[in-house]
Amino acid sequence: MATALVDFDTVLATYDPALGLEVHVELNTATKMFCGCPAVFGGEPNSQVCPTCLGLPGAMPVVNGKAVESAIRIGLALNCSIAEWCRFARKNYFYPDMPKNFQTSQYDEPIAFDGWMDVDVDGETFRVEIERAHMEEDTGKSLHVGGATGRIHGADYSLVDYNRAGIPLIEIVTRPIVGAGEKAPLVARAYVQQLRDLILALGVSEARMDQGNLRADVNLSLSPKGSGVLGTRTETKNVNSFRSVERAVRFEMQRHAAVLDQGGSILQETRHWHEDTGRTTSGREKSDAEDYRYFPEPDLVPVAPSREWVEELRGTLPENPTTKRARLQGDWGFTDLEMRDVVAAGALLPIEQTVAAGAPPQAARKWWVAELARRANDAGVELAEVGVTPEQVAAVQALVDAGTINDKLARQVFDGLQAGEGTPGEIVAARGLAVVSDDGALGAAVDKAIEANPDVAQKIRDGKHAAAGALIGAVMKEMRGQADAGRVRELVLEKLA
Amino acid sequence: MPEITRDEVAHLATLARIDLDDAELDHLAPQLSVILESVASISGVAGDDVPPTSHALPLTNVFRDDVVVPGLTPEQALSGAPRAEQQRFAVPRILGDEQ
Repeated sequence: MATALVDFDTVLATYDPALGLEVHVELNTATKMFCGCPAVFGGEPNSQVCPTCLGLPGAMPVVNGKAVESAIRIGLALNCSIAEWCRFARKNYFYPDMPKNFQTSQYDEPIAFDGWMDVDVDGETFRVEIERAHMEEDTGKSLHVGGATGRIHGADYSLVDYNRAGIPLIEIVTRPIVGAGEKAPLVARAYVQQLRDLILALGVSEARMDQGNLRADVNLSLSPKGSGVLGTRTETKNVNSFRSVERAVRFEMQRHAAVLDQGGSILQETRHWHEDTGRTTSGREKSDAEDYRYFPEPDLVPVAPSREWVEELRGTLPENPTTKRARLQGDWGFTDLEMRDVVAAGALLPIEQTVAAGAPPQAARKWWVAELARRANDAGVELAEVGVTPEQVAAVQALVDAGTINDKLARQVFDGLQAGEGTPGEIVAARGLAVVSDDGALGAAVDKAIEANPDVAQKIRDGKHAAAGALIGAVMKEMRGQADAGRVRELVLEKLA
Repeated sequence: MPEITRDEVAHLATLARIDLDDAELDHLAPQLSVILESVASISGVAGDDVPPTSHALPLTNVFRDDVVVPGLTPEQALSGAPRAEQQRFAVPRILGDEQ
């Protein structure tokens, strides 16, 4: 049943949105949460399993100390309090993605709680309150056989690979974010984006959304404007790109409004996000929390991080993101507007890495914000997945600075990099992109341009040097953009002196 | 005094995928109530100074180093599976007709 959507501006005239985000971060530990199996992406099916993560009788879990350390560091970076004592809990459910018939998680005693993160949207700061960050384990992967391609609905049976079952996960849950109004979709996106930057800076996860290292569930509800009463929420699962987070919030706002406007009520349920159509569809109805029959995990002893350990870990935190943004803006000499565009494009980290690889900050900004962000957007991918690395951008800029290529040719080098044609130097050679500054070739083209444009040539002879631009343009066109523009100008002025 | 109702037992049976008919529910619900009451008598013994416990061992922070330990081969892992296909565990249909 396709519900007609309400126009976004009309939604805002009648309703206030409330957002909530649950982000799962897969840690980059060497081993799983409760056993010594490797926690790496993409091995042969069921090749990274043992009696513990297969839930075989008698197998006993033991907590990965490194995962606890990462959980505490994430909690501290999100300004959370760290529990002095907390337990794991069993979340019981029947679903074959966990062979134990329960997921080991934390319930009412998360390792980290009561934090916040400041999120910048268009130069405005929103404080997102963090309710909790808790430790749990990832589930196995299912293939559904029979029925519609790959869907669980109508499948005859399923095939399960448990390599991923037991990989450490940290689930980070926000409190309801209210008051964002029209910016709600952007706040949701910026939160996930800045959380990813923070996770990367901590070095605790690869945080690649396309590989599922970082997965976002988007909760949304609408309340009648000004009422301050939270409405019934839906939870859209596994929204796996920044752009999709923004789109999913926008779509659910429009869909909720359509249902409510017609006097209907929102069903509290999970929904699936469809990247291709930009819509959500109904999933299963959400179970009440008590249906999971959580109880303390008897096979694991409580985690009680000493205050000395917590303070030691606090000392390992990277610079606070807000302070860091201000420092980088100063270091790089960007204006407020430039910095705002950088943050909006999610280009802070790539620019930082490009500058570290030797490029001037303004050049790094120009390529990432003006060129590569546009390409990523056109391709519908994240900036990190555009197919060009910070080191390559720095190498391209070095070629520009050396006069080997100009900006226009650099764009063709980026084409080549995206197509996987090799290093920037190899692409310049293979595609014949180097700028021509040899006087013989340039001189001939300049002579031709003068001959074709006698009026312009006369103006220059009369001392109007500004007219040289028309001839330089003609030469560049003749040489398909590969002429050294500075040398062409000199030649034009010499010949018409 | 804790008491478990017949409806609660029926609900738990559904969650645990145990098929109980009316006669079994009539029979089991009062028995479970008696068991809960017996266990609850412990709370009469424990004073306010005794915290509830979930673990028999007086231990915290038992951690493992983040070092890979060899596990099972796929063949070993799948050896007890009733059915396997494509080196994966084959499991019956997950969603029933009503879902």
